[in-house]
Amino acid sequence: MLKYLIPLILFIVMAVFLALGLNLKPNEIPSPLLDKPAPVFAAPKLLAPTEKLATADLKGQVWLFNVWASWCVSCREEHPVLNEFAKQKAVTIIGLNYKDDPAAAKSWLDTLGNPYNVSIMDQDGRIGLDWGVYGVPETFVIDKKGVVRYKHTGPVMPDDLQNVFLPLISKLQAEAL
Amino acid sequence: MKTGLLILFLVLSPLAQAIDSRQFANPEQQEAYETLTSELRCLVCQNQTIADSNAELAADLRRQVQEMLEQGKSREQIVQFMTDRYGDFVLYKPPFKAKTSLLWIGPIAFLLLGLVAVYFVIRQRKHRAVTEPTQAEKLAKIRRILDEGDAS
Repeated sequence: MLKYLIPLILFIVMAVFLALGLNLKPNEIPSPLLDKPAPVFAAPKLLAPTEKLATADLKGQVWLFNVWASWCVSCREEHPVLNEFAKQKAVTIIGLNYKDDPAAAKSWLDTLGNPYNVSIMDQDGRIGLDWGVYGVPETFVIDKKGVVRYKHTGPVMPDDLQNVFLPLISKLQAEAL
Repeated sequence: MKTGLLILFLVLSPLAQAIDSRQFANPEQQEAYETLTSELRCLVCQNQTIADSNAELAADLRRQVQEMLEQGKSREQIVQFMTDRYGDFVLYKPPFKAKTSLLWIGPIAFLLLGLVAVYFVIRQRKHRAVTEPTQAEKLAKIRRILDEGDAS
């Protein structure tokens, strides 16, 4: 009896582990930034390079930080979703134009629409490095105190907005400063 | 043909270097750079170190390591800088914590389990060898039965 039971148990254990392995997403690396103060930046605005936007300017409001680039294919998929979302004016959306050519980035916004309140430039990827960006697009949610509360890797889809972002944003909007 | 190939390989061999070798004034920094870049994971192409990877992010991380070394930052400071941003996953040698314990203890546990299994298998075999009659004893028994005739 035991002779047959042991291989069966081994098989079940292996099958369970393999099934778990199939459902893992190794591309989604948990961010160590969660529940920590957002990394500080002060960077030139894409559409007004002489002006700068700093993290301190955003204190007191909930904001979305979306990392994008005109060379990024998934961003093209995400863009209409963000455009639609921006119309709701639920939250301030800041774009990080990551390792991009400013001219290409501007023409991308001209042709596809601009969901961002402000986009800042990060041509050499240093701000991205501070935020632990490893794949574009990435989207962070930052609360009124300037603490990172959520990170989404990959394109944001309407389901994600409905089920994750909007509930979180309304919760954070309700929090006291 | 063979000689031709040999010459070709010999001529090309100086090209086989790290993707992006950098020069430091100080040999200690050079060494620190080389060990650090081969211990940090490229997060885009997850099974390569930043020394091996051609990805843009790997190039940025190499630049960061170089700059920090030139600023006189220590190895620990650089590793801390990277884990603050990318988490333990960026390290090819993750630190020993509750979360990574399975990773570290797993192989040893499996080895011990295997040794225990081998011990029991061997013991069982020995046991069988001792209790089982030898060939000569079996033959004698058969002969005896044949001689006496089957009682049943």
